[in-house]
Amino acid sequence: MKQSINKVSEWFLERFPLSDLWHDHMAHYYAPKNFNIWYFFGSLALFVLVNQFVTGIFLTMNYKPDAELAFDSVEYIMRDVDWGWLVRYMHSTGASAFFIVVYLHMFRGLIYGSFKQPRELIWIFGMLIFVCLMAEAFMGYLLPWGQMSYWGAQVIISLFSAIPVVGDELSLWVRGDYVVSDATLNRFFAFHVIAVPLALLILVFLHIVALHEVGSNNPDGIDIHENVNWQGKPLDGIPFHPYYTVKDIVGVGVFMFFFAVVIFYMPEMGGYFLEHANFIPADPLKTPEHIAPVWYFTPFYAILRAVPDKFAGVIAMGGAIAVLFALPWLDRGKVRSIRYRGGLFKKALLLFVISFIGLGYLGTQPATPMATTVARVLTAIYFGFFLLMPLYTRWEKTKPVPDRTTPESSLEERIPLLLALYDEIAPVEQTSRKFNPAGLKAVLIRFAKHLKESLD
Amino acid sequence: MNAQGVDNSKRQFLTAALTVVGAVGAGYLTVPFLSQMRPSAKAMAAGAPVEVDLSKMEPGQLIRVAWRGKPVWVLQRTPEVLATLNTLEPKLADPQSAASIQPASSANPLRSIKPEIFVAIGLCTHLGCSPTFRPEIAPHDLGEDWKGGFFCPCHGSWFDLAGRVFRGVPAPTNLEIPPYRYVTDNLMIIGEDNDEASKA
Repeated sequence: MKQSINKVSEWFLERFPLSDLWHDHMAHYYAPKNFNIWYFFGSLALFVLVNQFVTGIFLTMNYKPDAELAFDSVEYIMRDVDWGWLVRYMHSTGASAFFIVVYLHMFRGLIYGSFKQPRELIWIFGMLIFVCLMAEAFMGYLLPWGQMSYWGAQVIISLFSAIPVVGDELSLWVRGDYVVSDATLNRFFAFHVIAVPLALLILVFLHIVALHEVGSNNPDGIDIHENVNWQGKPLDGIPFHPYYTVKDIVGVGVFMFFFAVVIFYMPEMGGYFLEHANFIPADPLKTPEHIAPVWYFTPFYAILRAVPDKFAGVIAMGGAIAVLFALPWLDRGKVRSIRYRGGLFKKALLLFVISFIGLGYLGTQPATPMATTVARVLTAIYFGFFLLMPLYTRWEKTKPVPDRTTPESSLEERIPLLLALYDEIAPVEQTSRKFNPAGLKAVLIRFAKHLKESLD
Repeated sequence: MNAQGVDNSKRQFLTAALTVVGAVGAGYLTVPFLSQMRPSAKAMAAGAPVEVDLSKMEPGQLIRVAWRGKPVWVLQRTPEVLATLNTLEPKLADPQSAASIQPASSANPLRSIKPEIFVAIGLCTHLGCSPTFRPEIAPHDLGEDWKGGFFCPCHGSWFDLAGRVFRGVPAPTNLEIPPYRYVTDNLMIIGEDNDEASKA
């Protein structure tokens, strides 16, 4: 028996390099040993991608891409198909989760300089994944054929018509009709279910191939291959399998906990994941009172609205995404990780984070004159962060970078610190529910001082 | 290898020429696929004219009809509205409708064949939302300057009751007026104008 199994595996391995692939990309792929919490989001993105594929396949079994039937078929999935509601909510929540995970993954790259030489191509492939993801989410949102699906698509497709000369022809070509109609729904279904997922899969493959060619970056932003042992293995590296496969499973477990809470208790997330107006069938004669895209598009939507000219607004929105592609060449800083970068970069990054979140909030709100003014300021900061980067990163005063990775403090070390912090701010009297004001003040002052020191 | 050796420039030329021919072929092959996404013959034929009966309309009333899948508004304007429209000109971006789309018969300040009946495609010229009909004067949410008109909830564009766009809003031009004509005083056809009918 044993012999015949061995023979089968030999026959297989002579024809397919399975053990080589396993060796090169799992068991002997050395990743830096100082990965922190930020490094969960890459594997989580992969996990959510699988979730979208599996739930998507099952949704297509009952969904009908037809303007007459689409809305009812989604309600049919929700009410009459066994467990249909669960699969649909897994898919719709998965879409939002995908963007949460991907935005955090991109932010990780930003703070630890993972986009910098020699990882520019990984960043470019990643950005292409991001663009595909946005296309996928946008087209997927049309499929339920609710009011928000319809008018959201109408607005976004009309963006193309702002392009001079070819604009009207182009938006007509995208819609396949004079208004968003059955033809549009049917082609968006084709793109959402076949074309874009295929492109995503290829890009994810390229993203990982490029990553494994140069190796992972780490929170210290140093090259672990410069310090190797007598075997040529990096001293600060550990094999991806079993160390990071096991670690990532823990991340997936924690993620699923939050994911399940959303699916079971707040699948619409108060109108942020599934908008209220989308529970009304599409009506081509009436626009909802307030239309806004789903939360993950709102920063870019706010930029579009902030610009008073139609075509310039479209350019600004496209530019907000396009400028990210150029990031590896805009940043002239000599060190990768934020731990050793100068205060100038940290301040700029802080402003950028504020502008991105601020724009995201404003994009969900109606465009009042006040909101528009704020959105214009934040748009200027957003572009300033990128376009002024070649200047301020050249002037920044960096700290010395260590040769070896600095150890991450473990949970066991952090718990006593947290307990001490709690003791400091805990209520003085047992019966009181108020925090100790003196302790709270001391902690806040310490935090502010620490922040100021870090930014200087 | 023959006695003369390899003629590399010839090989290069052949490779380049074949690449170009191949690329042209591939380019032509994309045509049927890209053309496939244009509106089909059926979609183009669906633009059939729509008849609207005006006999039951009351002053100030707006009715919506669908033409080519788009909302078309038919509004009966009162004399007060017409008087107000004449005073708005300084606030408008294109009062003469020079840059806007309308049939020749509606290319006048009130943008209609008959002053009291206004017809327009109810899609904002900014990004295609359907503006809401707000005939009231100076409502709480729109402020003192509002003299009745169409307000786009998506991006805040203002149009008056002749579909003319105000200055300083995102929409670049006035609302589009579809071709239409009167068969009798109380019967209108949207999608055909008098010139087309006389030619036919």
